[in-house]
Amino acid sequence: MAGDENDVVIKIRGLVNGFGSQLLHDHIDLDVYRGEVLGVVGGSGTGKSVLMRSIIGLNQIREGTIEVFGKDTSKLDDAQMREIEMRWGVLFQEGALFSSQTIAENIQVPLREYLHMPQQLMNEIASMKLSMVGLPENAAAKHPSELSGGMKKRAGLARALALDPEIVFLDEPTAGLDPISANMFDELVKDLQKSLNLTVFMVTHDLDTLRATTDRIAVLVDKKIVVGPIDELRRNPHPWIQEYFSGPRGRAAA
Amino acid sequence: MSTAHDSLSGTRARLRTERKARRLRLVAEGQWTTRDAAALDAALKHIDLGDASEAEIDGTALERLDSAGAWLLVRTKRDWEDRGKRVAPIALADVYGSLLHAVEHEHKAPPVEIHNRHTLEAFVGRIGKATIHGLQQGVGILGYLGRVTVEVTEAIYHPRGNLRVAALVHQVEETGINALPIVGLLSFLIGIVLAYQGADQLKRFGAEVFTINLLGVGLLRELGGLVTAIIVAGRSGSAFTAQIGTMRVNEEIDAMQTIGINTVDALVLPRIIGLVIALPFLTFYADIMGLLGGAVMCYFDLGITIPVFMRQLQEAISINTFMVGMIKAPVFAFIIGLVGCFEGLQVERNAASVGKLTTRSVVESIFIVIVLDAGFSILFSIIGI
Repeated sequence: MAGDENDVVIKIRGLVNGFGSQLLHDHIDLDVYRGEVLGVVGGSGTGKSVLMRSIIGLNQIREGTIEVFGKDTSKLDDAQMREIEMRWGVLFQEGALFSSQTIAENIQVPLREYLHMPQQLMNEIASMKLSMVGLPENAAAKHPSELSGGMKKRAGLARALALDPEIVFLDEPTAGLDPISANMFDELVKDLQKSLNLTVFMVTHDLDTLRATTDRIAVLVDKKIVVGPIDELRRNPHPWIQEYFSGPRGRAAA
Repeated sequence: MSTAHDSLSGTRARLRTERKARRLRLVAEGQWTTRDAAALDAALKHIDLGDASEAEIDGTALERLDSAGAWLLVRTKRDWEDRGKRVAPIALADVYGSLLHAVEHEHKAPPVEIHNRHTLEAFVGRIGKATIHGLQQGVGILGYLGRVTVEVTEAIYHPRGNLRVAALVHQVEETGINALPIVGLLSFLIGIVLAYQGADQLKRFGAEVFTINLLGVGLLRELGGLVTAIIVAGRSGSAFTAQIGTMRVNEEIDAMQTIGINTVDALVLPRIIGLVIALPFLTFYADIMGLLGGAVMCYFDLGITIPVFMRQLQEAISINTFMVGMIKAPVFAFIIGLVGCFEGLQVERNAASVGKLTTRSVVESIFIVIVLDAGFSILFSIIGI
């Protein structure tokens, strides 16, 4: 399945990004296949989040093309872009939950925005998503400020999944979680990926998460990108990649 | 056997029911996704079970199913079971097995209830909450007033180097000198407006020269100090809350406490004392700028020259008029600084709280300033100044 041209959901060609005179990405190419979990790693400041933000249209790119579901996102009008936005979900680093709304209302925001649904059905869907991400029922009526960091991330994931997207973008989903919560989050992503047949684009630094969940890993080094399964990357001679996967933390995660 | 088709126009989802003896068969076809969940929801609720005692749900022909669609199937099954029907397990293609499992087994709790916040009951509740909160707030500020008073007294009587001179000077510059342009301009304009309105009314009695009395007493006794205090509350009181609040969000206050720095010494005293020093000077400056504006207006509107203006002003006001205005300034400054710092320290560890408390700080300090001003008026009239 992987490798088939028809199953490429995100196709990046010749992407250039940078701030001022400093280049972050120098003509990078990347394909993301349907149903895979792709991890994106790189040192601080190599533009992992910028890459993600470029794909979801929060970052103006300098050069290159980004195709999502076979459509060049820079050439779409608002209505077509909304059509695409309905098909992806994004989990931001701190959850980015709307602080004035309860968790249930947060999950219902995409439903309310895109679809006309009776309130009761939205309540049922919110409740279902909550249990899918493993949050207790009583979290529904709480405000984001009353939740712990790990619960906020789960709630953010529930909101990202509200419209049953085909792709989810996760920005450092396990950062700041204790190892047990992080493990549970990994399991959750794997389960959801399997049962919903999701494509997952995950920016992370967590080697355990990378090993446990990803099919392939994209490494940002020297303004370029190196992609491959973890075992293949371990054999890559590039010093940063060697240090990353074979350093003390990398070995511990192996 | 009878077959009923439910029309779901405009969607890619289809469903139909078949009856055979007392057995009802629901056939789901097409794409059952979140997009069409509302239409499916309505159609499923309209299915008439009739006299059926057994039911089955057949989703093997579905082209696409997502979690909302799966939920609708599961919900329908549970609903029928609750009504005493025997329902066979939902038949689905193998690829949806894990999805159905996730929806069916992880989700058992009743649906989320969203409470309507627009009822009368909720409204009364909010009034009650706000009242209690207002009282608690009053008690909190009073307590903080006590603490700051103790710290200030200590700093004066037992100086242990706890007054941070550099920070204090910085605050005087920030709250005093940097406020000169805005305070000057606004006072000048108020002088002009006051002179214009006064002259307009007094002209009718041929008493336009008393415009100067109005200006002198009005500005020096009341407006100069009040306007300055209100500008400073909006400018510096809000800044105090925002600065200290941001430090709280960043855990800087906690860091200070663990290092053993007294936050009142380090953050609150320089701000309050700095403002207490700066505001009287600002008030004096506002008085002068206001009189200047009035003098300009008198010259152009009434033709009163500056020397005449000065002579009349000297007759109209005494040193007491000036002092009555000035004596209020440090009190206002203390309150603005106190409220600004107090609210800053109340900030919770989220960014929204900074904005909320900054607004509250400004509203509260302006409120207290005006109440105090009224109190001063009563006090001065009793003691006959």
